[in-house]
Amino acid sequence: MTALLEGRGICKRFGGLLAVSDVSFTLNEGEILGLIGPNGAGKTTLFNVVNGVYRSDGGTFAFAGQDITGWPPNKLVHLGMARTHQIVKPLNEMTALDNVTVGACFGRDYLRLRAAHGVAMQVLEQVHMADRANILAKHLTIAGKKRLEIARALAAKPKLLLLDEVLAGLNPTEVAKMLELIRAIRDQGVSIIMIEHLMHAVMNVSDRIMVLNFGLKIAEGKPEEVVRDPAVIEAYLGSADIADKLREVQ
Amino acid sequence: MIVRRPVLYLTLITAALFIYLPLRTNNVLLREDLILVSVSVILASNLNLMIGYTGYVNFGHIVFYGLGGYVGLYLATVWHWPLIVAALGAGVVVSLFALLLGLGILRLRGAYFALATIGILQAVQSFVANFDPWGRSTGMYLSFEVYEPLGGAMRALWITYYLVIGVMALSLILSLGIKISKFGLGLFAIREDEDAAVVLGVNTTVYKAIIYSVSAFLPAVAGTFMYYKNGMIDPSIAFEFIASLEGIVMLMLGGKGTVVGAALGGGLYEKLRSYLLTSPRLSNFHLVIAGGLLLLVILFAPGGLIGWLYSLVPRARKVIE
Repeated sequence: MTALLEGRGICKRFGGLLAVSDVSFTLNEGEILGLIGPNGAGKTTLFNVVNGVYRSDGGTFAFAGQDITGWPPNKLVHLGMARTHQIVKPLNEMTALDNVTVGACFGRDYLRLRAAHGVAMQVLEQVHMADRANILAKHLTIAGKKRLEIARALAAKPKLLLLDEVLAGLNPTEVAKMLELIRAIRDQGVSIIMIEHLMHAVMNVSDRIMVLNFGLKIAEGKPEEVVRDPAVIEAYLGSADIADKLREVQ
Repeated sequence: MIVRRPVLYLTLITAALFIYLPLRTNNVLLREDLILVSVSVILASNLNLMIGYTGYVNFGHIVFYGLGGYVGLYLATVWHWPLIVAALGAGVVVSLFALLLGLGILRLRGAYFALATIGILQAVQSFVANFDPWGRSTGMYLSFEVYEPLGGAMRALWITYYLVIGVMALSLILSLGIKISKFGLGLFAIREDEDAAVVLGVNTTVYKAIIYSVSAFLPAVAGTFMYYKNGMIDPSIAFEFIASLEGIVMLMLGGKGTVVGAALGGGLYEKLRSYLLTSPRLSNFHLVIAGGLLLLVILFAPGGLIGWLYSLVPRARKVIE
């Protein structure tokens, strides 16, 4: 397997707080990497550093063999890295279709408007939102807005998709549908890093899991190994019981 | 495709009527009325590119118009460039000025950007008021010989009128063209959520600087024509803060973000203002009315007249852009 994204010694400081501290990781092509950890562990900060929203205070990134350290988000999109936001950022006064068209227009292929419309329509169908194409984004439900986030990211035709808590706030049926969608995306050859708190869901779809706590990487490995790791149980899961139950679910 | 847009034909018909009506009856009063309406439409629709399309409130938009007037008059009278070439030259100079300025101040957002634009207006006014070649605070006055190349002052008035109508039509076509383009889509994304726009791949720094610069071009061209027609320019007239504020009122009244709204707001506000200014009992009261109007619009119809129309007839969104 070849590495798609490689981070070496990533650091991010906010004043005196070391939000991400010397984190190194590798994502292989076609892989789903789960990223878990307690609130404030630095998961979203790591995403923000990876896709260039924040400038890192140390460390290097390589994406598809190219050094991308310090690149701004818009350039990374052209290279094939797209993301969704934990707190959704819909373009409110624009239709769902236009939201996704933005993704297609300024994505990896930098499509012209007409072609982008076509791609946007296809992607909306893929995420089962074609019937809501002409609704203003602000009028969508929260589940709809999360799907819209994914649709916009997908329209950019990414090689790597960063999913930030797309399952949070969804009901069980919606979670099941979303997991189905995530697998479908991976089957198209898109690699995924997903931040998630719903443990059984992460265990279920991830090939590997990485655990952060206070900005440090405390574990990484196959899902069933990670939940048995004492450091992970202490920092995040709470008790060995939960770890056992999670393994049973799987 | 812009040729399929009804607003294009609406624009062309309006411009044709503006040219035909005063000409048919040789009605000079109507011509003077309509030229003021056109200037308001030009200012409002170019301001719309910033406020309505990109979501950046520019309180110093009039600086482009005034500076355009100065540069254009200087080129036309001191360097003896033909009027149209001088106006285009002024447009280019002022656009470049805006581009450089924009790359700096467009890093600011929200209220900070708005404050910076007020600062620019004041700074340019002070600079020009102390700039010798442009006559310091006395400004520049044209002699009648200036109008000779156009066949005398009387003809010059008509010619500048047609030119201003042309700039008005171009302003609306530009607004429409940007609105239906990929560039426009990127601007709307910036307006709705700039952070999201960057993450979706929009080069927001470049986009913002370009639109700021573009929004300066036609007002600068119109400024040359208007001050040339008036025969004089001075810093207190050219860089009047109130004029900038009135531009914002026009835009809010008509409906920001829409081509027709900006034009409608510009036209209506100008008519209202000239009525109030000339009625003996209400003179100088127009700013009170403007303020009250702005308040009412923001409170009860934040989308302006066109936004209100959209809420009544949602399908209108597709036709009246």
